[in-house]
Amino acid sequence: MANTAHVHAAAPAGETRRDFLLYATTGVAAVGGAMMVWPLIHSMNPAADTLSLSTTEFSVAGIPEGSRIIVVWRGSPVFVAHRTAAEIEAARKVNVSELRDQEKDEVRVQKPEYLIVSGVCTHLGCIPLGVKATDPKGDFGGWFCPCHGSQYDTSGRIRLGPAPKNLAVPPYKFTGDTVLIG
Amino acid sequence: MSTEKTRLQRIFEWHEARLPLVSFVDHAVGTKYPAPKNLNYFWNFGFLAGFMLMTMIMTGLFLAMNYTANVNMAFDSVERIMRDVNFGWLIRYMHFNGASFFFIVVYIHVFRGLYYGSYKSPREVLWWIGVIIMIVMMATAFMGYVLPWGQMSFWGATVITNLFSVIPVVGKMITTLLWGGFSVDNPLLNRFFALHFLLPFVILGLVFLHIWALHIPGSNNPLGIDVAPGDKIPFHPYYTAKDAFGLGVFLLAYFTMVFWFPNALGDPVNYVKANPLVTPASIVPEWYLLPFYAMVRSIPNAVIGVAAMFGSLLVLFAVPWLDTSRIRSATFRPIYKILFWVLLANMVMLGWCGAQHPEGLPLVLSRIGTFWYFFHMFILLPVVGWIETPKPLPASINTPALKPAE
Repeated sequence: MANTAHVHAAAPAGETRRDFLLYATTGVAAVGGAMMVWPLIHSMNPAADTLSLSTTEFSVAGIPEGSRIIVVWRGSPVFVAHRTAAEIEAARKVNVSELRDQEKDEVRVQKPEYLIVSGVCTHLGCIPLGVKATDPKGDFGGWFCPCHGSQYDTSGRIRLGPAPKNLAVPPYKFTGDTVLIG
Repeated sequence: MSTEKTRLQRIFEWHEARLPLVSFVDHAVGTKYPAPKNLNYFWNFGFLAGFMLMTMIMTGLFLAMNYTANVNMAFDSVERIMRDVNFGWLIRYMHFNGASFFFIVVYIHVFRGLYYGSYKSPREVLWWIGVIIMIVMMATAFMGYVLPWGQMSFWGATVITNLFSVIPVVGKMITTLLWGGFSVDNPLLNRFFALHFLLPFVILGLVFLHIWALHIPGSNNPLGIDVAPGDKIPFHPYYTAKDAFGLGVFLLAYFTMVFWFPNALGDPVNYVKANPLVTPASIVPEWYLLPFYAMVRSIPNAVIGVAAMFGSLLVLFAVPWLDTSRIRSATFRPIYKILFWVLLANMVMLGWCGAQHPEGLPLVLSRIGTFWYFFHMFILLPVVGWIETPKPLPASINTPALKPAE
């Protein structure tokens, strides 16, 4: 027999009490189960020691104009570019309405000469090339992702290829030459 | 009510016709498993043991996600679970105290079987599988205790693995093999972690065999007599409801320990990181292994001591034949009933002795206790079966036990 529900043979009256007990028991078991499942699932979220490592501090003083470095924030790379005047100019003269992810360069930097963006391609998470002088930088002089050919400009904005979004700008603040990300 | 089947019912029946999963469970522990109507609360403990097995597997899985099996990192990774991982303290305390409560439940289950003669024909194979489960549980618990790599983990592992070294000829080879080296070190920790993860699933498989073997003759009952089909009631809802109530009471006790006395059952020395150069002042296993530890220490000869310890477990396989009485339940066996309680008290006494230094009174008592254990198994069980006059058995479980049939 397929239906396994316990069949009470014709119990017209008095059934309410049994139903109440069944629902109350099931309810307590369900709430108790959920209360146990949450700690198990939550244990997979970042632990306190992981969260405590969520800021990165570095200095931009040592980055020559025109070069780029990578700093690590929360286990992922962040690109820091000391942009030349030409690179800033290239980023600012773009017609924003033609961009896939429309953002002005001005809102992506706190100091125009320092671009600080996530080094994770918004397509599938690879690290685009363009930090070393010998790296391909794509048609727009920014970054070129070797995985699927996404190209970013000197403001880290997506210009060509499958990536949907610009390289994200992490929360950071300057104190003199020192930058605190996170 | 309409006889028309709902769409959901039809989908359900289509699936059941191809894989009768729900019917299988229903036959195992549902409405299609008829159980004697006189089962008392001691029959809760099989269900509770299954519940604890699942609790240990679930909490263990999430602990394993945060544990590192390396001698340099294991201790700190456990401390990280306690301090940094979200609810890590709860999961670890549930696992740590869960081991004790698993053993409490299983030991009551085993003594239930001894009292009511659940090991006798036709349930010998069911009993065997149960004994195997208990032995695998002990091995699993021991290996789990090694994983935090505290002082007691390390020295417990050293002492227990060295037990095998007394085996003539091959002893040293076995310990070298267990260690993967010449002392307890990283290779042992790695393999113990792997085995500690594996064995619970072996136990899970054995539990399926245990339940399968149970369903051939059906459950024993407090009167120990065969049960007429008319005196049986469906497991669900009657015994699921009874088990659920028992579970509630059990959880109160379990979580009282988890929340208020989480370290009461543990040894504080194990919160000191393992040091291979310093042995703690006294090495004791967890409480559930103490009686057997007392046995191994009570005998001045290493080989015989180890043989006695393992023999005390292996003899359980022979209990269905060592007990010559055909009456199952101790309710009708006046002499055996006394011997049962003496045996239980003897095990408690051995447990106490196992926690003491093996000298003076504890040593004398553990020798008496070890002797009595084997005397009970090999002499008293068969002899009492022959000489005892059992009380008259009731005609059916429907007849009150105190008013036996004429």
